[in-house]
Amino acid sequence: MLILTCPNCGIAADETELHADGQAHITRHGAGASDDDLETYLFMRNNPKGVHFERWRHVYGCGKWFHAARCTMTLEVFGTYPAQTLEPPKELVAKIKKKRPDWEGFVK
Amino acid sequence: MKRYSAFAIAREAARYHTGWERAWRSPEPKSHYDVIIIGAGGHGLATAYYLGKNYGITNVAVIEKGWLGGGNTGRNTTIIRSNYLQDPSAAIYEKARSLYETMSQDLNYNVMFSPRGVIMLAQTEHEIRGYQRTAHANALQGVKTEWIGPERVKQLVPIIELSGPRYPVLGGLWQSRGGTARHDAVAWGYARACSNMGMDIIQQCEVTGIDKSDGNVTGIQTTKGAIKCNKLGMVVAGNSGHLADMAGFRLPLESVALQALVSEPIKPCMDVVVMANTVHGYMSQSDKGEMVIGGGTDGFNNYTQRGSFHHLEETVRALIETFPMISRLKMLRHWGGIVDVTGDRSPIIGTTPLGNCYINCGWGTGGFKAIPGSGWAMAEVIATGEPQGLAAEFGLNRFQEGRFIDESVAAGVAH
Ligand SMILES: Cc1cc2nc3c(=O)[nH]c(=O)nc-3n(C[C@H](O)[C@H](O)[C@H](O)COP(=O)(O)OP(=O)(O)OC[C@H]3O[C@@H](n4cnc5c(N)ncnc54)[C@H](O)[C@@H]3O)c2cc1C
Ligand SMILES: [Zn+2]
Repeated sequence: MLILTCPNCGIAADETELHADGQAHITRHGAGASDDDLETYLFMRNNPKGVHFERWRHVYGCGKWFHAARCTMTLEVFGTYPAQTLEPPKELVAKIKKKRPDWEGFVK
Repeated sequence: MKRYSAFAIAREAARYHTGWERAWRSPEPKSHYDVIIIGAGGHGLATAYYLGKNYGITNVAVIEKGWLGGGNTGRNTTIIRSNYLQDPSAAIYEKARSLYETMSQDLNYNVMFSPRGVIMLAQTEHEIRGYQRTAHANALQGVKTEWIGPERVKQLVPIIELSGPRYPVLGGLWQSRGGTARHDAVAWGYARACSNMGMDIIQQCEVTGIDKSDGNVTGIQTTKGAIKCNKLGMVVAGNSGHLADMAGFRLPLESVALQALVSEPIKPCMDVVVMANTVHGYMSQSDKGEMVIGGGTDGFNNYTQRGSFHHLEETVRALIETFPMISRLKMLRHWGGIVDVTGDRSPIIGTTPLGNCYINCGWGTGGFKAIPGSGWAMAEVIATGEPQGLAAEFGLNRFQEGRFIDESVAAGVAH
């Protein structure tokens, strides 16, 4: 069972309390964007075997959105952080890099 | 290859079964092939088979990191049907279903295809409308399906409870020629036929890199060394995103876990396949007597081949309402596979940004039924280098063009 600590209310919530919503930090293109940009925004996804940054919502708790960094190969959770950010916090990236030296770093 | 027959069984019985040969060779890789297929699941093996059978291309290797059929092909609940909504889907799934009918003869391998019939239960008003629409679409596509009322459902499935409080059975979409087949046998049968045509099936050999030059693939790096090729086919289901990453392009799909479980064996009680899409419950009875139950997907990216237990619990909780007798059954095993799910719940078959590299993926939760049709279509794409035939509509470019083959509206899931 996956357990993520919601950074909004501090509760260690198990996954039945949460809703997963896919890749985080996607650039949202609007009207007038190129076909390439719209395709990337709507359909193309990072699908790494390893470190993944995601959006989650604490639906059956405080109701708020947050971000999580997880490993898709081991289900290890590296950490969670607020949704109001355009990229993962530096300390979290450093922590992951230490655990996964071969990891290429955060890519959008 | 010695053919399997009633005579062969009699002959071997008379000499204590000492004369059977290995079904396929396990050679070391050569340094070069005309075509390399990555992934010895059903789709990869079927692609190789039809490359040989339909196009005479036999200098082919199928490279597998584990054992053949050990991916989703050996983990699925084997439901075969072709009652899809959109025309391109109906075409390829119906081709596949019809090839299943003659597969055992064609491969000289008993794949135990059992066209016992498949019912998709309508348990909401929305589903009644949806399946009636699909039945009309199928009539136009020449796929034989039929909308049936609750009494007929009860006749076909005596163990069903029609009047469950939360999920009443309001009718169903019935495809009498759908059914099941033995999953391992499909992989083994194709592997034996490919090996017999001189193709190399190389197991325990992981692809770790793609060699490129000038926008074309020149070969692959593997745990058994480098191998060169003229054309490359990637057919790796849940690992497609990872392989595309190695090749330097992105795909519009995500890999998530899908689970199934089986009960202890019991006497025959249900001789059709029942799908309850609203509750993500799919049930049939195996020849051994086990109730085989498929569930829904997890919500997050995952490569571990293990899913979350609460999803199985949700599936079983809902199915018990519709099949009260299964509440007494002990469940023996449960497992997961990693499925590659696209935005429109349809597969991707076609060309890639690399000139001589072709991809077949995105079958998600429902590609077992498609194996022969998919291999047939993929072989045509690789042999001709053009996305044509049954594959024409399934190209990677459809997402940019907004030309979806939307099956998520039809079922929400696609077993
Ligand atoms: C629980 C479950 C139930 C399902 N139920 C149904 C059903 O009832 N009906 C239906 O039609 N479909 C069903 N499906 C879907 C179906 O199983 C798949 O769509 C289908 O089997 C995919 O076949 P494949 O050959 O593409 O993939 P796979 O069988 O997964 O084969 C891909 C192969 O590629 C290999 N590979 C991956 N990476 C590498 C690498 N780097 N190097 C070398 N080899 C590599 C893997 O080891 C694997 O053997 C179900 C799936 C699951 C998990
Ligand atoms: Zn919270």
